[in-house]
Amino acid sequence: MSPAAKKKQRVARPAPAQPEKGLELLFEIGCEEIPAGMVAKAADDLKAYIEKVLTAESLGTGVTVDTFGGPRRLTVWAQNLPRKQADVVNEVTGPPKSVAYDSVGEPTRAAVSFAEKQGVALHEVFLVSTPKGEYLAAKQVKRGRTAEQILADILPRAVHDLAWPRSMTWTGLDGPRFIRPIRWIVAVLDGKPLKVTCAGIAAGETTRGHRFLGAQAIRVRTFAEYEKKLRANGVIVRPAERRAKIERELAAQTKAAGLRLHADPTLLDLVTYLNEFPTVVQGKFDPSFLTLPDEILITVMRGHQKYFALEKRGGELAPAFLAVINLAKDPKGLVRAGHERVLRARFADAQFFWAADQKCRLADYLPKLEKITYESRLGSYRDKVERIRAIARWLTEQWFNLGMMQAHVADADRAAELAKCDLATEMVREFTELQGIVGGLYARAQGEADDVADAIYDHYRPVGLDDPIPRNLIGCAVAMADKLDSIVGCFAVGLVPTGSSDPYALRRAALGVVKIILDKKLPVSLSSAVGAAAKVLLTGPPKKSVTPKQEAQILDFILDRARYVFRERAGYGYDEVSAVFRAGADDLLDAEKRLAALRSIRKSKNFEPLAVSFKRIRKILEKSNVKSDGLAAQPELFESEAERELFAAGRAAAAKVQTEKRAGHYEQALERIAGLRKSIDRFFDEVMVMAENEAVRKNRLALLAELLREFTTVADFSELGASE
Amino acid sequence: MKVKVKLEKRIGITFQDLILKLSQFWVRQGCVLQQPYDVEVGAGTMHPETFLRVLGAAPYRVAYAQPSRRPADGRYGENPNRLYKHLQFQVILKPSPADVQDVYLKSLAAIGIDLKEHDIRFEEDNWESPTLGAWGIGWQVLLDGLEITQFTYFQQSGGIDLDPISVELTYGLERICAFLQGVESVYDLRWSEDKSYGDIRLAEEQQLSVYSFDRSDAAAIRAEFELHERQAKELLEGFAGVEGQERGRYPVLAAYDHCLKCSHLFNLMDARGVISTTERAALMARVRGLACRTAAAYLEQIGGPNLQGQRREVRA
Repeated sequence: MSPAAKKKQRVARPAPAQPEKGLELLFEIGCEEIPAGMVAKAADDLKAYIEKVLTAESLGTGVTVDTFGGPRRLTVWAQNLPRKQADVVNEVTGPPKSVAYDSVGEPTRAAVSFAEKQGVALHEVFLVSTPKGEYLAAKQVKRGRTAEQILADILPRAVHDLAWPRSMTWTGLDGPRFIRPIRWIVAVLDGKPLKVTCAGIAAGETTRGHRFLGAQAIRVRTFAEYEKKLRANGVIVRPAERRAKIERELAAQTKAAGLRLHADPTLLDLVTYLNEFPTVVQGKFDPSFLTLPDEILITVMRGHQKYFALEKRGGELAPAFLAVINLAKDPKGLVRAGHERVLRARFADAQFFWAADQKCRLADYLPKLEKITYESRLGSYRDKVERIRAIARWLTEQWFNLGMMQAHVADADRAAELAKCDLATEMVREFTELQGIVGGLYARAQGEADDVADAIYDHYRPVGLDDPIPRNLIGCAVAMADKLDSIVGCFAVGLVPTGSSDPYALRRAALGVVKIILDKKLPVSLSSAVGAAAKVLLTGPPKKSVTPKQEAQILDFILDRARYVFRERAGYGYDEVSAVFRAGADDLLDAEKRLAALRSIRKSKNFEPLAVSFKRIRKILEKSNVKSDGLAAQPELFESEAERELFAAGRAAAAKVQTEKRAGHYEQALERIAGLRKSIDRFFDEVMVMAENEAVRKNRLALLAELLREFTTVADFSELGASE
Repeated sequence: MKVKVKLEKRIGITFQDLILKLSQFWVRQGCVLQQPYDVEVGAGTMHPETFLRVLGAAPYRVAYAQPSRRPADGRYGENPNRLYKHLQFQVILKPSPADVQDVYLKSLAAIGIDLKEHDIRFEEDNWESPTLGAWGIGWQVLLDGLEITQFTYFQQSGGIDLDPISVELTYGLERICAFLQGVESVYDLRWSEDKSYGDIRLAEEQQLSVYSFDRSDAAAIRAEFELHERQAKELLEGFAGVEGQERGRYPVLAAYDHCLKCSHLFNLMDARGVISTTERAALMARVRGLACRTAAAYLEQIGGPNLQGQRREVRA
């Protein structure tokens, strides 16, 4: 574009008058069975994608887009689409009037060539006035494209761009990719088939019903017709409706049996997207299987078979289950009988594993742990067990010495020794999600002390922010020891989590350590604990050393989780946590107390100005390169009353703050510090820190350094932002 | 014939009739009816009719029953559902037809499953064989909650991206038959009109379990593994130096047999409990290396007309 030809864009005239309601789009991607866990997200992504591109094409105003997902289809229903984009008129300016017309007002060659270039007749050009004067201009109309044209463009892209965890090809390397093969496409715009090809398939107006309950060719022209006809052919299009049907039938069957449902929202989600026409049937199993622990029965039912467990009023499991099938009914009870038979075989397997595992005691599995690698450089689980024992012993001995009598050192050692044994059992090899739980159950069955069994059962906890910590203190010790060893070991061999990659779940481990300390109110010095774990790693197999730099890195990593816990769970501000952590957070309970104190006095009137002053102090010291430690002001070098006042007030407060801090009276200490505000303000009002005289200047800096050192040990106010 | 009809009513389809009916069905679909491979394999996929035939561009359809040995799954004949050796019925359709799910469902109807009266579903289950460098995307097919078939769109075999894509169907014959006959233990299955599965196979299960868990000579098996690996390697290395006419006759297939032997010997060592997790991964990588190199050599060997310019980078 020539510099003279500046474009000005405006909508020249409104789009042609719309009918009351715009166009309706029905678009369906017909697919072989999509993994149930991925359907909901795909439908959401598809909705967001369509909305985004419609808006980008200026076709989105007033449009509503809904998407529905099921095992064999993703459906888009857009309503009120405009018939076409509005025309866009561009005004292109050309040469100035003085150049375009000669002295007698005749167009010059410049005007003629501008008109030619814009493809308009000479009489169509006109003059526009701009701040710089009058210019020749021409109009360029860009005709809006029809919705039909635009959709034919964007629908194939929507199919192509939809992101899946793992896509596939079903024709060959150059063929389309999707989560599973696409077998048909429906695209109907305002009752008429839309000409479009997606993933190599020409769209039509023919959908397919339920595999076994419906016709395989159903013509549809509108969404209403689509939904109605599919319903008649065994497909409930809307997931919300399928879920409601399942919930209704679960409730009815449960009530009829006089039982309670073992609620399972995740499973409910899954079966909603596993079935096109979900129906609940009830099955029974032999009550003799109830001798197996509930945990195992429920895992078999939900994990493998996707059945809901039922409970009696007292909470114990009932010998019955509810299965969601993809059929309207089961008149002969054949399906129920089939599911019962499969469950019987599964339970028989579990019973077999239970019996086989009981042939030896948990401790007998210890040698087998030598064959199970934790991490190639960190050795086997047998090695890990010894490390967990050593760390757990270190923790419990400390706690016991502090008078925490439940920190039974020998019990914790026993629990640590047995904690990983279940990894070698048949049961955990079959049901890996039951690790820990199986060990706890076996320990109890084999007569270990209740505390020991519970500690083994719980030692993988907590697995998230909301998951409970181990029930008893020795469980907490074993859980912390296991997690600390994982973190320290992995960091030592360079397995540091980055971005989304955290294969050894170290973030979860660190979160667990933090949560256990806070929830159980444990006196733990994080640096000592990390040091202890590092020492264990060096003295026993794999004899790996942890550098001081790595130890610092590990502490930062754990403290980072602690910041997260304080922010997410207790609602502390980012700056509050930073202020307190800057004053040290090695003892998380102490940090928590200081946080509470900080929050409670933050509202007082002296506080915000004080924070500003401390920020100023830090800046001055940083600028003049003064390290605060060791510096002390000398009173004889003071020149003004303001200096002397601040010095005296500071010294007087410092001693008391120390005492209060030691006693854990953080709120009083902070209030006392806030009381310095007047003296600090006066100092900054009257005293020029950077005095000409070097000795005076240095002495003033020393005074400030002293203040910063003495009064940021509870929380470093210079980290605090303006209160929200 | 009358006797047979009566029997079917009483006990359902026999095990051998199940194999016959599936064979007939897939022959009608244009499959070559092959025979089980005569080297021990852990799955029907390892039969060269699958592992090698899915490579290259030439269309192929094949079906066969394949006894599959999984030494670690042996239970001395004492567990009603787990076997040292089970029988798979394997179908390969290359390229994958668009109506493949429907055709598969028809095969279920052909063996007597009423599709309208049972809950049949395709649940996500991607298949992977780390020792073959092979993987695919698909489902396990569930019949009233029972896994009866692994249904896979092969994406890679021997580390090579496939083009075109084949579908692999693997029917678990014992399970399907137990369902059809309504028996709880695999050993109670009627194999023929007068012989049970137990009559025919129990002794084998017992003895092979005893062998692989208790009596196999781990050191000897390890030595055998090394021997077979060496021969496979030598054969594969030799292929590079062969030119012209001799290429077509070069025993790449023999190298594959040695690779299969290694895989089975690895399984025997595993069952004996003599390999640690770390070593396990290393041994599997060695077998995978042989499988991938065999696949690459095979592709080179069938080059020319069969290849139609479809050869792709080999991912070792």
